[in-house]
Amino acid sequence: MGYPHSHELEVGTILSRHFGDPEARDLKTWLTYGGYEGLKKALDMDPAEITTVVKDSGLRGRGGAGFPTGLKWTFMPQEKKGPHYLCCNADESEPGAFKDREILRWVPHLLIEGCLIAARAIHAEHAYIYVRGEYFPFTNILNDAVVQAYEAGYIGEKILGSEWNCDLTVHIGAGAYIAGEETGLMSSLSGGRAEPKIKPPFPAQSGVFGSPTTVNNVETLAAVPMIVVNGSDWYRQWGTEKSPGTKLWCCSGNLVRPGNYELELGVSLKDVIYEVCGGAPNGKRIKAVIPGGSSTAMLTPDELDVPSTYEGLQEAGSSLGTASPIVLDEDVNIVQAMRRIADFYAHESCGQCVQCREGTSWVAQILKRIEIGEGRLSDLDTLYDLCEQLTGRTICVLADSVVFPLRSSLDKFRGEYEALIGGRA
Amino acid sequence: MKKVHPAVVSAQAFQVADLRPVERLFDDAEGKDRRDKALSRYPEKKGALLPMLAYAQERNGWISPENMEEIAEALDLTPAYVRSVATFYTMYAKRPVGKYWIQVCTCISCHVNRGEEVFEAFLEHTGTRAGEVSEDGKWTVIEAECLGACGFATAVQVNDQYFENVTPETVPEVLAKLEKGGSEE
Repeated sequence: MGYPHSHELEVGTILSRHFGDPEARDLKTWLTYGGYEGLKKALDMDPAEITTVVKDSGLRGRGGAGFPTGLKWTFMPQEKKGPHYLCCNADESEPGAFKDREILRWVPHLLIEGCLIAARAIHAEHAYIYVRGEYFPFTNILNDAVVQAYEAGYIGEKILGSEWNCDLTVHIGAGAYIAGEETGLMSSLSGGRAEPKIKPPFPAQSGVFGSPTTVNNVETLAAVPMIVVNGSDWYRQWGTEKSPGTKLWCCSGNLVRPGNYELELGVSLKDVIYEVCGGAPNGKRIKAVIPGGSSTAMLTPDELDVPSTYEGLQEAGSSLGTASPIVLDEDVNIVQAMRRIADFYAHESCGQCVQCREGTSWVAQILKRIEIGEGRLSDLDTLYDLCEQLTGRTICVLADSVVFPLRSSLDKFRGEYEALIGGRA
Repeated sequence: MKKVHPAVVSAQAFQVADLRPVERLFDDAEGKDRRDKALSRYPEKKGALLPMLAYAQERNGWISPENMEEIAEALDLTPAYVRSVATFYTMYAKRPVGKYWIQVCTCISCHVNRGEEVFEAFLEHTGTRAGEVSEDGKWTVIEAECLGACGFATAVQVNDQYFENVTPETVPEVLAKLEKGGSEE
C-alpha cells in the first residue's frame, strides 16, 4: 500500500522523505539518494568530534524521555577496557506509537547508517538492533538491507577501507512491552526475561553482557546521519532552542487522516490534530487527546493550543512522549477507554515489583466494575489512592505510566465516572 | 536448507504455525547452522536463547518442552530457566496453535475503531472460542495488546503478516485471502 497522507505543514526532510518509496530499501538506489555519506564523513572524524556535533545539534531521545543524545554518548567510558555495545531500541510498543516501524519499513539503510555512526562515537564494536517480535514484515526488510550493507563493506571488518571494524546484529523480541525499557531490553537481549534493573549501575557503566552500553531509539539514530553530513546548525533550523529538529508524529484514534507525519517540533498540538489530521470524522467533537502515547496525561480540547515541545507539553500538564496523540471523540466512553489502557499495563507488568503487579490489575478491575455499573463512589478514592501508591515506588516507570492517564481522566472527566456509578456510596 | 546470514540469524520470522509432529532442533545441518551462527553473534551463550526459541517455533509451529530441553543443553542452561524465559513472552506458543494464528489488536486506538467487534467477528466466522484451535486445525484467534499499527486501526496480525484497517464487515475477506494463501501487500 502507498504512503497514506501528507500535509503542507510537514517538513519531511530528515526521516520521512523516502517513505512510500520501496526503491529506497535497495542499497544501490539508496546510494544515489546520498546514503552512507554521513558514515563516510564520520570515518574521517574523531569519535569525540561526532559526539560534539550531535550534542550541539540538540537532538533529544525520541523514545519518549527526550534525554539529550550527545550527552548520553559522553557517559560512555573514554578509555576502553573491554567491549562496548550499542543497542538500537526498535521494540516500539507504546500504544499509539507506530513511527519506528515506518523507518524500518521504508528507510532501513538510514537506520543502519545511524547505528554505525553512533557505534563509532561510543567506541562500540557491535551494534544490536532489537526489534519487537510482531514487526516480522518490517524486520525482513531490515534484514535484507543489513545483508546488503555487509556484502558491500559498510558493516563488518575494515569498513569502507578504514581501520575500523563494527558488527551489527538484528535481534527480535517476542511480545513484551517492557523490553522497550532500556534495562529490560538489555535483560532480554542477553537471553533473559525482559525484567528492568535498578539503576545504578547505569548502562554506560555496566549494560548488556556486563559491558558499557548505550541504548538509543530508532528515530534518534535515524536522525544522526543527516546531522553529521549537514552540521548541528542545519538541524537547529527546525524546532525550538530546547527541542530542536523534526519529529515523526503518529496520529491515531478517531481522526479523518490518521498516520505518520514529520513535523517541526514546536508546532501547535491543535494544528496537528485539526489541520494535519483533519479532526474527528463525521463532524464529531473531540472529547480528549492523549498526546504522547497511552502513558501520558489526557488533555481536553481547550488545552490543545500548546507548542508541541518537550517543555510545552510538560507545562500543559502532560508529556510529548513519543508524539503519538490518540484522539477520542464524543462517542467514546472515557471510563471504558481508560479501562482498556489499564488492561494493557496490567497485562504488560513484568511482575517484579508488587506495587505494579498488583496495583495495575487493581486499577483495571476497579475500572471494569465501574464500567459495568457496579462501581461505588468510594472506588474513586481508591483509584486516587492507587495513583499515589503506583508513583515512584518501582524499578521502572511502567506503574507510573498508568497513573498519568488515570489521574487526568479522574480529574477532567469525573462526571463520566459518577454517571456510571449513579450515586452508590 | 534455508540460507541465513549471521547478522540476521536472530531475526527470522518465527510464527510459522503449521501443525506437524515435533522435530528435534539440532540433529540436522540446518539446525546446527542456525545454532552456531546465533552463538557467533553474542559474547555469552545465553544471548542465543531468544533466537533459538524463535527457531523452535519457526520449525515446529510451537515450542515443546522437549525442544526447550534441547535448547537448554545447547546453551548450557537449565530447562527450568529456558521455560521461565519462554513463558515470559506472549509470542512464544507453549502449546500448538492453528495454522493461522490470528491476533486482533483491541488496544486503545483499535478499541475506538471497533477492535472488539472485529475480534468477535473473527471468532464467529472461524467458529472458535478465544485461544482454541478450530476443529480443522486451521484457526486460532486471540486478542492482542498493541501491535504498533495504531494509525491503521483495527490492526490484525496473522502469522508473519499484517492486515490493516480491518472492520467487522471485512473479516470474511481477510479469512478468504488467507485460505487462498494470499497476503495483504
